[in-house]
Order: sequence, then C-alpha cells, then structure tokens
Amino acid sequence: MAQIRTYVRPMNGWWRRNPYFVRYMIREGSSVFLAIYSVILLVGLLRLSQGQAAWEAWRAALTSPWSILFHWLALLTVSYHAYTWWKVSPKTAPDLRVGGRPVPEVLIAAGGWLATIGASVLIYVIVRWM
Amino acid sequence: MKRSHEPIFWSLFGAGGVLSALVAPILIFITGIIAPTGLWMPPAALEYSRVLGFAHHWLGKLLLLAVISLFLFHAMHRIYHGMHDIGIHAGKGAMLACYGFAAACTVVAAWLLLAVGT
Repeated sequence: MAQIRTYVRPMNGWWRRNPYFVRYMIREGSSVFLAIYSVILLVGLLRLSQGQAAWEAWRAALTSPWSILFHWLALLTVSYHAYTWWKVSPKTAPDLRVGGRPVPEVLIAAGGWLATIGASVLIYVIVRWM
Repeated sequence: MKRSHEPIFWSLFGAGGVLSALVAPILIFITGIIAPTGLWMPPAALEYSRVLGFAHHWLGKLLLLAVISLFLFHAMHRIYHGMHDIGIHAGKGAMLACYGFAAACTVVAAWLLLAVGT
C-alpha cells in the first residue's frame, strides 16, 4: 500500500525564525538557570548545617571560573525574566482601578520594576552593612 | 468532573515568579558573583557565623525556605511546560518528575532548616 505523504512543516529550530520567539526562549530558558541556582543554594544550606569547614568548602567552590560564568549567565537571563515579568504584569494581574479609572499599564509595570530595584538595594545594604 | 490540580501549581508558579522577579537577580549577583570575587562585598559578609545566625532566626528560615522552594516550583513548572517547545512531548511521568523534584527539595530544605537549630 502506498504511503500517504502529506507535507509536515518541520519544527526543528522553530524559535530561531523570529526574534519574538528567540526572546520567548531566553525568558523560558532563564528557568533552567533559576532551578540550578536554587539547587546551589540548597547545597549551601546542607553545607552550612555540616559545620564551618563544609561551609568554607562551599564558598571556595563558588570562586571557580565556571561558577562565576554560570552566575553571570544566570544573572543576565533571570534579570531579563524579571523585566518581562513586570512588563506583562498589567495583563496578568487583576484589574487595578483608581477612582474608577484603570491605572495605565506602564505605571503598573514601572511599579514592579521600581519594587525590584528597591528590594535589590535593600538586600545589598542589609548583606553588606547590617 | 475531576478537579484540576493546575491552580495549585499555577499559584506556586506565580508566587515563585513574583519572588524571583523581586530578589533573584540581586541574590545571584551577591552570592554568585560579588561575594566569591570580593568585588563590592567583603568576605566577612557571608562568613560562617553570620550566615548560621541568619539560618537560626525564624525569619531567616522562612526566607531561605521561600526562596529555595518557590524558585524551584516556578522554574520546574516552566521547564515542564517548556519541554513541548523543544520537541519533547512529555507526559505524566515528566510532570511528576518536575513537581516531585521541587517538592523533594522543599522537604529537604525544611528538614535542614530544622536540623540547623536555633
């Protein structure tokens, strides 16, 4: 019996065809870095519970060039995710109205970006000086 | 009709998304880049006694658990649904593996935070 040969559009590398999908994949890909980073923190917690020598070994491991490279890539992709998370927040969050009028979308997104900047400064100050 | 479990995982995904959008970049920057290299962060900032003191405090425990657990539930939800995008048509097993991994790490983190004492 003859094989029915219908055209199936190849999907390999579909996301490289359009910059919009490339950005989508970077944002989704940030979750891989975030997951690995969480596991690094969990290992740090394990090492902390094992005593000072174990903790120092964990800190020493984080100074390796591969670790630094990983964390730079994680920082870039996860920061991009943070940017997009707040950018779409006006569409994902419940309808926000002040005085019966919807709050402009750009203000909601800007509130999120400012919250991230504020939290970042606060955490830096606490870790460094408190 | 069977109730969907999606709202639970979507809530955890959303909570992890908000938390990671707020604090993940600065945490990665501090613990992974400036503390190990000593640039803009003295080595004393993450010394043993200081971090242990943080893990002893109930608020420190809560923050550590929230960060590790919610980041993972957020990330594993994305990874699970993202498999489709790279041509892996994952089924129930992949779903169990993804959420199971996040849940197992949450339990381990909680147990370690209890074991580390006060």
